[in-house]
Amino acid sequence: MKTQVEASPGTVAAVRPPIPLAVEAAAARAAGALSRLAGRGGGTTLPGKLLWKVDPAAIDRLAARLPQGTVLVSATNGKTTTTAMAAEILRPRLRVATNASGANLVSGVASTLLRSGGAELGLFEADEAALSELATRLRPRALLLCNLFRDQLDRYGELEHVAARWRKAVAGLPDATLVVNGDDPQVGDLARGRPGSLVFGLDDPRHARPELQHAADSKYCLHCGAPYAYAAAYVGHLGDYACPNGHEARPPLDVAAREIDLRGLDGSSFTLATPGGDTRVDLVLPGLYNVYNALAAASLALTLGVAPEEAAAGLRRFSAAFGRFERIPIGDRRLLMLLIKNPAGTNEAVRTIVDGGAPRLAVIALNDAIADGRDVSWIWDVDFEPLAAGLDRLIATGSRASELALRFAYGGLPRERIEVVPSLEAALDRGLELTPPRGELTVLPTYTAMLALRRIVAGRGHVAQYWASAA
Amino acid sequence: MKIRVGHLYPDYLNIYADRGNIAVLAQRAAARGHELDVRAIGRGSEVPAGIDLFYVGGGQDREQALIAPDLAAKAEPLREAAEADAAFLAVCGGYQLLGRFYRDLDGDELPGVGLLPLHTVAGDRRMIGDVLLDCEWAGETLAGFENHAGRTVLDAGAEPLGRVVDGFGNDGNSGFEGCRYRKVYGTYLHGPLLPRNPWFADRVLSDALAHAGASPELEPLEDALERDAHRVSAERARTRGGRY
Repeated sequence: MKTQVEASPGTVAAVRPPIPLAVEAAAARAAGALSRLAGRGGGTTLPGKLLWKVDPAAIDRLAARLPQGTVLVSATNGKTTTTAMAAEILRPRLRVATNASGANLVSGVASTLLRSGGAELGLFEADEAALSELATRLRPRALLLCNLFRDQLDRYGELEHVAARWRKAVAGLPDATLVVNGDDPQVGDLARGRPGSLVFGLDDPRHARPELQHAADSKYCLHCGAPYAYAAAYVGHLGDYACPNGHEARPPLDVAAREIDLRGLDGSSFTLATPGGDTRVDLVLPGLYNVYNALAAASLALTLGVAPEEAAAGLRRFSAAFGRFERIPIGDRRLLMLLIKNPAGTNEAVRTIVDGGAPRLAVIALNDAIADGRDVSWIWDVDFEPLAAGLDRLIATGSRASELALRFAYGGLPRERIEVVPSLEAALDRGLELTPPRGELTVLPTYTAMLALRRIVAGRGHVAQYWASAA
Repeated sequence: MKIRVGHLYPDYLNIYADRGNIAVLAQRAAARGHELDVRAIGRGSEVPAGIDLFYVGGGQDREQALIAPDLAAKAEPLREAAEADAAFLAVCGGYQLLGRFYRDLDGDELPGVGLLPLHTVAGDRRMIGDVLLDCEWAGETLAGFENHAGRTVLDAGAEPLGRVVDGFGNDGNSGFEGCRYRKVYGTYLHGPLLPRNPWFADRVLSDALAHAGASPELEPLEDALERDAHRVSAERARTRGGRY
């Protein structure tokens, strides 16, 4: 969950006599229960925040209790889904502690550890900017690193700075197994010269894009700055690349997704090709980006000793991570909700929706809280045009509804087709009113808009609040 | 009338939604019966003659460093164009590079074009947030978003683009933002800048039309969405701009 930037723990703890870990932990857990009782959300990070303030090193000791150690997963896009997929694969084998509601800063991981007595393995999603600190504290046995895209520059700074932090985190863990996406030049480069690493990627040029997307990021050679030549560009700058001047190219793949079959919104499948044999994977989730997520989760599981068939079975069981892709029945209509948060992820959401049959009506919700990104300029880097081309009506909503409306107006959607309805609830009702019975309403919200929309539909009795299942 | 636009390094400098600014110029020109003819000017290519409007966007540090030497090598034709009153709109990294140099935290310098009377020195904290400017020279305000580590220092007597009402501006303490010289406008404001500041988009178009030898008069458009977006953005600057 990208809601808060954590303050450093105070210096108080350093001069105070140590409190026994069990006492701290019990007090922090009680705070979480109070937070839930007080109706302040799920209490997913409060206990961990308190623990971290009282004793920053407590999280290290809690993690050290896990007999199978910990694993960290990070990426700009897909880390929540990938982590949840890996947890599902591992569930029959191990008791896994995982931050399933996406509380991916140090406090969220601490909170998860607090309520995970008896767990054998810690499997944690790490915010890109928190990876370094989490790696130092948890000393993970394996790191799964999937992709780096431009995202919330107002919060993360430039992509290059995040990459530098990752390089540092990796260098500080010489014994950890690295599992990296070889299709991302900056990420794949982390495993170069590191024996025992596992590199995964896509190997099915039929699904390549004809050209790089507008928001493609790491598209210049790390050595000479020449634009990479792509044999296949799959998602953003992810693909089979090579420097035209003979510097680096995509590393050889240890694990690949081949013979990919995308069935619009109805799911996808691919052949998981591994050194231990090939197996077919069927996913309920749609889109090439979910093929990447599944491939990443399977690759991680393989390094933990899981057989390819076992990984495929786990992925088959997997439905969806919280809020990323959901269908919610509302009376005789249905919501199709896809989270949007940055250009690369939104491009894939758009591509998936359009592949499933372009909708004529969509509700798009743009908020600008810290968790969404205060800087809304990213919507201009999204290739919305394939979606806009099919729209008879766009309902623009959220705290920056008019900004979103301008994006589509200047993108060529006639203004008379755009309705600006800043209130999320009113926009949802307007969308449902325009949706025929038994029809599906496409809704694309940013993070806090997604939370608010879920609260609205939950308040009407249509869906469980997420932390009910996240504990 | 055809307005010829030279978009400098669109593959490298595009981080802050620069294509949004171009889309706004194109649609607002078309609404008045003009046509925008946009051509990319890339690494190693010549600066074509007869450009009415140059656009330079923002990039990340790595991309800016990749193109800076090439841009500096184009300084002469760009300066000549500016002196002949071609319009320029330069945002963020492009704004910095139209100055004399950009010096990073290690003291290394990227060369600039030297078109604007300013230089930029990297600071250690990024200045990030919503901004509102008062442009007294035009009797209007500009609303946008800034995200820059560079502190830009204007030469004595140089004209800023606006006075900072809320936000950091050029360096966080001068109280000014951007720079204006002849028909050259440089600013840190993205968001992108033009959709929510339609008067400024029209100003840039008018300047480009004048350079093309056409009447700079533009009939007003309705701009209801634009005004609303400006209002919200300005409100954000009031409530949360200019804070670390």
